[in-house]
Amino acid sequence: MTLTDQQREEIGAAANTVRQDSVRMTNAATCGHPGGPMGMADFMSTLFLAHLNLDADNRHDPERDRFILGNGHTCAGLYSLLAQKGLFSRESLLEFRKFGSPLQGHPHRNLDLGIDMSTGSLGNGLSVGVGMALAAKQNGWGTRVYVASSDGESQEGQIWEAATAAAHYGLANLTVMVDFNNIQIDGVMREVMDVLDLREKYAAFGWHAVDVDGHDVDAIDAALCAAKEETTRPSAIICHTTIGKGVSFMEDKAAWHGVAPNDEQAREALAELGA
Amino acid sequence: MLQTMARELAPLHQGDPIKAATREAYGKALLELGEEMPDLCVLDADLSGSTKTKAFGQAYPERFFNCGVAEANMMGIAAGLASMGKTVFASSFAMFATGKAWEQVRQSIAVPEFNVKVAATHAGLTVGEDGKSHQMLEDITLMRVIPGMRVLVPADAVEARLAVKAAAEADGPFYVRLSRASTPVVFGEDYKFEIGKGAVVRDGHDIAIVACGIEVGMALAAAEELAQGGIEARVIAMASVKPIDADLITEAAKDCGCVMTAEEHQVMGGLGSAVAEVLATRAPVPMAFCGMNNEFGQSGDAWDLVSHYGLDGPGLAASARKLVESKNS
Repeated sequence: MTLTDQQREEIGAAANTVRQDSVRMTNAATCGHPGGPMGMADFMSTLFLAHLNLDADNRHDPERDRFILGNGHTCAGLYSLLAQKGLFSRESLLEFRKFGSPLQGHPHRNLDLGIDMSTGSLGNGLSVGVGMALAAKQNGWGTRVYVASSDGESQEGQIWEAATAAAHYGLANLTVMVDFNNIQIDGVMREVMDVLDLREKYAAFGWHAVDVDGHDVDAIDAALCAAKEETTRPSAIICHTTIGKGVSFMEDKAAWHGVAPNDEQAREALAELGA
Repeated sequence: MLQTMARELAPLHQGDPIKAATREAYGKALLELGEEMPDLCVLDADLSGSTKTKAFGQAYPERFFNCGVAEANMMGIAAGLASMGKTVFASSFAMFATGKAWEQVRQSIAVPEFNVKVAATHAGLTVGEDGKSHQMLEDITLMRVIPGMRVLVPADAVEARLAVKAAAEADGPFYVRLSRASTPVVFGEDYKFEIGKGAVVRDGHDIAIVACGIEVGMALAAAEELAQGGIEARVIAMASVKPIDADLITEAAKDCGCVMTAEEHQVMGGLGSAVAEVLATRAPVPMAFCGMNNEFGQSGDAWDLVSHYGLDGPGLAASARKLVESKNS
């Protein structure tokens, strides 16, 4: 299965909207993490539009797919995609991080909104994905479980406990998508604490593991399709991305991991994104 | 029937009181629940022989997951299973379940309010010879402080079985604290356990002793000794440390004029603190706190340790006499 021209166009548009929303939401909140979701926009949009079986109509169907944002700080992108898929209004995106909003600074489980798991503490998400995938397998459901993670998060030991267990239980219905942008909050990942080759690591842990260009939606789609063909192994898709993708002054800069653009920067960024 | 079960759980010598370990009762309760609840799953972290989850694993292998020596991951898996509608018991030693995996219990289980019961064994000093690395004396504090987490510390095998079943039937997260050592059976077969309720196991009006876990048996022994000296102690078994039975404690404070707590746990933050939080606002009376005072345990015979730290019958009786004297002076 390859993407149709129309799908490719829709994914591209959704990814651009994710980037714009990440700028607008963090600007409105005057805090948050814009760079990560901008870098993840292409693979997240490919997952949400072409693969993840979650929409406004099936949000309470127990057999639908699940998604966990292990790197929960990048939730501006998740919220943007859920709004784009009609799980809640786009207006509410600007309430992100504000008092009384369900769009918390880090995700809090809310099945009405399509948020499957509370995350924010790095390392915890993949283990929960293992539990979800185990339950789906035990129930004989076709549910697929997707977990987003990152190179920085891979420094957490719990990720490797979960990776061990997922392979041990043969969870072919589990896929992790790792945002590998070589940036973490304190700087360059290779300098802070190099996680080395994550494809090799996941493969050594018994996973089906591939590297992809995290901005090539056809390659991402192909990797997600290949994951569905696996029958005994979980799959890891290492998505090589550029933090802040799409805005020249934000790209590849650690400074944009956890700082919101001010009004002027937001205007410039949105202009570059064609808003 | 419960007494019968307790008898089955431990070898008896002629004339001994009936003794059983709460972990044994846990294992049996899981077997019963496995039949009643088809969605029940049990997880362990390579200690299933010791925590007594092994029998469930043999009876229901498709619903038992040994997660290996990886407690943090086990709590995450428990959360994931619960998010899909399962009722989950996750077991290890108290040290690892609540200490090593505290953050996962908070973030992945308590924050989303998942239906996970952390049932940990080998709590407290009575681990004995393994020493301080395994003598978990801070777990009640660690679990009690988490919003929404309920904490049950049964006194004996009878109460443990009932507490495990009550936790299984109630929605949401629980911590159930269980012991390695065999202890005297306190409760009879007519005992009804209720979450949020304590039980008066001996009546008296000179002092109230509120205890949980193995200390309930010790408090009863202390009360016998105190009675010989003319002090009548009311002994309250407070397995439901959270939610606590505030009314029962308040009534006891008003009737007896002083309250002592006893727990196989640090004084800071445990049952004693929970009782004091109630009485400070509702019925302030002189109090004494029996437990570990800002120190770790050590290797040794379980009951020698309980005695060494003043938590056996004579130790509790000595503390109680001082409190009664100060109340009267």
